[in-house]
Amino acid sequence: MFAYLVKRLFQAAAVMFVISLISFAIQDNLGDPLRELVGQSVSEETRDELRDELGLNDPFLVQYGRFLGNAVRGDLGTSYFFKEPALTVILKKLPATLELVAGATIIIIGLSIPLGVYTAIKPNSIMSRLIMGISIVGISVPVFLTAIGMIFLFSVELRWLPSFGRGDTVDVIGYWSTNFLTLDGWQHILLPSVALASIMLPLFIRLIRSEMMETLQSEYVRYAYAKGIAPRRIWFVHALKNTLLPVITVGGVQIGTMVAYTILTETVFQWPGMGFMFLEAVNRVDTPLIVAYLIVVGFIFVVTNTIVDLIYGLVNPTVKLSRMGA
Amino acid sequence: MSLLSVRDLVVKFAMRNNTVTALNKISFDLARGERIGIVGESGAGKSITGFSILNLLSKPGYIDSGSITFDGEDITQMTDPQLRDIRGNRIAMIFQDPMVTLNPVLTIGQQMVETLQAHRRLSKSDAEQIAIAKLREVYIPAPEERLAQYPHELSGGMRQRIIIAIALLLDPQLIIADEPTTALDVTIQADIMELLLELCQSNKVSLILITHDLGVVSQMTERTLVVYAGRIIEAGPTREIINDPQHPYSQGLINALPQQTPRGEKLKQIPGAMPALSAVPDGCAFNPRCSFATDTCRKTVPEVTRIDHLEVACHEVRRHHETEEVAE
Ligand SMILES: Nc1ncnc2c1ncn2[C@@H]1O[C@H](COP(=O)(O)OP(=O)(O)OP(=O)(O)O)[C@@H](O)[C@H]1O
Ligand SMILES: [Mg+2]
Repeated sequence: MFAYLVKRLFQAAAVMFVISLISFAIQDNLGDPLRELVGQSVSEETRDELRDELGLNDPFLVQYGRFLGNAVRGDLGTSYFFKEPALTVILKKLPATLELVAGATIIIIGLSIPLGVYTAIKPNSIMSRLIMGISIVGISVPVFLTAIGMIFLFSVELRWLPSFGRGDTVDVIGYWSTNFLTLDGWQHILLPSVALASIMLPLFIRLIRSEMMETLQSEYVRYAYAKGIAPRRIWFVHALKNTLLPVITVGGVQIGTMVAYTILTETVFQWPGMGFMFLEAVNRVDTPLIVAYLIVVGFIFVVTNTIVDLIYGLVNPTVKLSRMGA
Repeated sequence: MSLLSVRDLVVKFAMRNNTVTALNKISFDLARGERIGIVGESGAGKSITGFSILNLLSKPGYIDSGSITFDGEDITQMTDPQLRDIRGNRIAMIFQDPMVTLNPVLTIGQQMVETLQAHRRLSKSDAEQIAIAKLREVYIPAPEERLAQYPHELSGGMRQRIIIAIALLLDPQLIIADEPTTALDVTIQADIMELLLELCQSNKVSLILITHDLGVVSQMTERTLVVYAGRIIEAGPTREIINDPQHPYSQGLINALPQQTPRGEKLKQIPGAMPALSAVPDGCAFNPRCSFATDTCRKTVPEVTRIDHLEVACHEVRRHHETEEVAE
């Protein structure tokens, strides 16, 4: 177990190293930071002095080493626009994004398991055909269309739900204020969460359905029937457990990917998260903020994958963690 | 009254374009405590027969007609709850491959306890006590520790012993064993068979043993059914079928046994192969492979003839028998 953990952490660190290298290379190629810092009026000599002072004339590797050293200490540079540490800017926006992802995840888990299981058990029912039909549509319609369509229907026409912003939030701790403690907060997060979930949900329903159908064909399910076990137990204990094992791995990766998908959703709904912030940063060529965003998203991705792998090892009795570490 | 009475059982598969017949008017009886063997080549319909008795055919298979009377009740007419009450409780089944029969994510204990609790009101600890006792009966070492183990932690032979223990959990009247040792190492096949025989005898359980190994049948069973292309072509006391088979197909099977062939000689296999269900020939299904086949064999399906203790479905055997009777 311990060896496996160490191995996983090493892998995670290696991935983070590569992400940081790519991010730094991007920063290096995105225009001259001096122009952003001092403007046009400063003379060429002062510029050169500043350049030396900032270490911009050092070799690439030296600069990267410095960048990495700072990054490890949590210093990802200072945002040109906000005049604040980039990491601080992101951390202020992070909770809004994570809550949006959490909302979408709740919708996905809450709907995909029952719908996937149902369509696998009763593949020929009208209900199943309907679900599968809608899921195809869901996969093929882009997120921003779903989002705009929902805003039109629920906000403009029916006036049931707000179309932008987070609404009333409650401060929890640090930069974290939450949508989940007020009715207004729930109303605001509903549409964006559904929009964000709209791509992944159909994929998950189909994934669970096909895994479940395969499992239901297995010899051990037939054996369970031969023992006189009730169908309910066969579906939800014998089959579902085996179905969810492969789904966990795929699912974890997808939830990590969803963080990146938030850029679109947040922009359409004016959601004050880091996806929205990233798009603004790109418009303002706020390089440190862009780089910091890439690193933070990469970090979230690596962390979710590592956690998912560990969970998989824990719930699957045929995976011996100690052996995997060897 | 016999424990099990199968009459004119017809099983079909609804394929995309047509319907094929997998079992064609199968009839046989099984007395209480009796052990019978069902033998035949691959694809003959042995497993289908076994699954039909539990009414557990997987799609697209279905029972088309006929009856399966178990202890006075017709299984083909039962509702799902009635069937569930019989499965695993009064009729237990042992599957072919122990490596894929047990659920990989449930412990041995869970899979034993759930079986008991599906049929009896028992607390978990009471059920575990019964499970441990049954594991001991099949000579599993340290049975208490097995309950917490997962299938992958055990060898194939060990798993098949556990499956036999599960079959015995509720003291069934009938055990159907579908090639219980073919997936196992040769060295332990005989052990498992011996164990199964011993347990059936001591618990007075009837046994239907499905196999293509006539040697096993002769050790384990009192009566034998020889199946070919979905029909019983010869049935009777095992000893007579082994020593003096009447049907050319049974004779072919016996002659193909390694014991029948002197060392160094090639095994005498029956030429050709069993037909696919969609291409069963007219008349006697065996006729293309039979060296005695006549025009009658190619046109009409042979009726069952009784010859002493044997029932044989063969035109030639019947003709011989009738001329002998006339001669007497
Ligand atoms: N699900 C199915 N769909 C169509 N045909 C099937 C299906 N299951 C079995 N069959 C056919 O039914 C026939 C009998 O199958 P069965 O499994 O009873 O054979 P068997 O005698 O047990 O052979 P083996 O020794 O290989 O186990 C075979 O020809 C097989 O192809
Ligand atoms: Mg078979």
